[in-house]
Amino acid sequence: MKQYRCTVCGYVYDPKNGDPDNEIKPGTSFEDLPDDWTCPICGASKDQFEPAE
Amino acid sequence: MQVYEIKKDIYWVGAVDWLVRDFHGYSTYKGTTYNAFLMFDEKNVLFDTVKHNLCSDLVHRIRTLTDPEKIDYIVVNHVEMDHTGCLPEIVELVKPEKIICSKMGHKNLLAHFHRPDWPYHVVENGETISVGKRSITFIETRMLHWPDSMFSYIPEEKLLISSDAFGQHLGTSERFDDEVDESELMYQAKKYYANILYLYSPQVRKLLKSVAEAGLEIDMIAPDHGVIWRKGPDKILKAYEDWSHHRGTKKALVIYDTMWHSTEMMAKAVADGLESTGISVKLLDLAVNHRSEIVTDVIDAKGICLGCPTLNNGLLPRMAGFLMYLRGLRPAQKFGFAFGSYGWSGEAVKHMNKAMEEWKFELVHEGIKVKYVPTHDDLKRCKEAGQLMGKKIIEALEDQA
Repeated sequence: MKQYRCTVCGYVYDPKNGDPDNEIKPGTSFEDLPDDWTCPICGASKDQFEPAE
Repeated sequence: MQVYEIKKDIYWVGAVDWLVRDFHGYSTYKGTTYNAFLMFDEKNVLFDTVKHNLCSDLVHRIRTLTDPEKIDYIVVNHVEMDHTGCLPEIVELVKPEKIICSKMGHKNLLAHFHRPDWPYHVVENGETISVGKRSITFIETRMLHWPDSMFSYIPEEKLLISSDAFGQHLGTSERFDDEVDESELMYQAKKYYANILYLYSPQVRKLLKSVAEAGLEIDMIAPDHGVIWRKGPDKILKAYEDWSHHRGTKKALVIYDTMWHSTEMMAKAVADGLESTGISVKLLDLAVNHRSEIVTDVIDAKGICLGCPTLNNGLLPRMAGFLMYLRGLRPAQKFGFAFGSYGWSGEAVKHMNKAMEEWKFELVHEGIKVKYVPTHDDLKRCKEAGQLMGKKIIEALEDQA
């Protein structure tokens, strides 16, 4: 599963870890994150993420 | 020590740093201030603290007004150490009932001071707490300029305590915008924006929009650095609006480094070409201009020309360092052009073009490389490239208008 980088602060969403701060379980793909999910560091919305290289 | 009442029962109790000249690589030739504010009400509230080495200034000022233990709440609008450096001493002295911070502020305070035992009180974005006759509304401003940043707004006083936003590194004995030279103030505010906030321009635009939509009445903006905007809160809001929209002006920069003056000759020719089209030009040699001054000029320049000779198949280190600094500040919506002399391989132009392409600058020319020393014809080509950029800038600004 692909990692995604926040274009605002540089945080990388790694599906392997999920996002415990927002109660996202490990193994959740970026596409499966809820639409109102935001970056746990800077609060950027999902559309401000891009695939990480 | 002197304290200043900025609103009824709200005092400036911060510190002036007359000595600082290098603020993590940002040149602060005028020094700076670390502003902290003490508000008296049924609950007494201290907003922010100061850098560690100036802790005693803050404590003296607080003691001029009250016994520190009479302070009930400490608000941490921003965790960076120029505002929290003396927090451990102040917490010890004040024994606060609450340390108020954002969710990220809580995390970052723990990561700085490793004190899980402090009485944190985490506020949500938009949450209001009453402190007696008055209240404080907290507005999260994540990434302006740290994840923990927030504003404290006191509606009854129309006062916005804005943390680092709207600040200036300007150390003075004056506390208000109308007491200092206006052009110096606006230059320092612009320099602050360029070096600290430029990369977060999209967030600045969003914030300004949400402040306007929420209809917050503001007649005073009190940042954590420099003077307080009481005459011109609208002026600084308008300036942020302009800077955050990347509204370029009829201005171009020729930023260069040189070894044996060849690239310098080219830089002058490029500047000459720009000037001949009526564009305002600055010729900035990296050897004598500080990067934090140069980026202050970058924010309202529409054209950026970069000149550097090739050294050991790459860039001169001053240009490489400058590009790394500018890259982090995410410049946008500009025209670009690269040039430089070389001896045998000549990679410098390629590196500068690559950087500007990454920033999505529109390159007006493929770049000019000159072997060793430019001829008269080489300099003519440089001048023409400058003219080409000048014309592009004029056209773009006409379209924008």
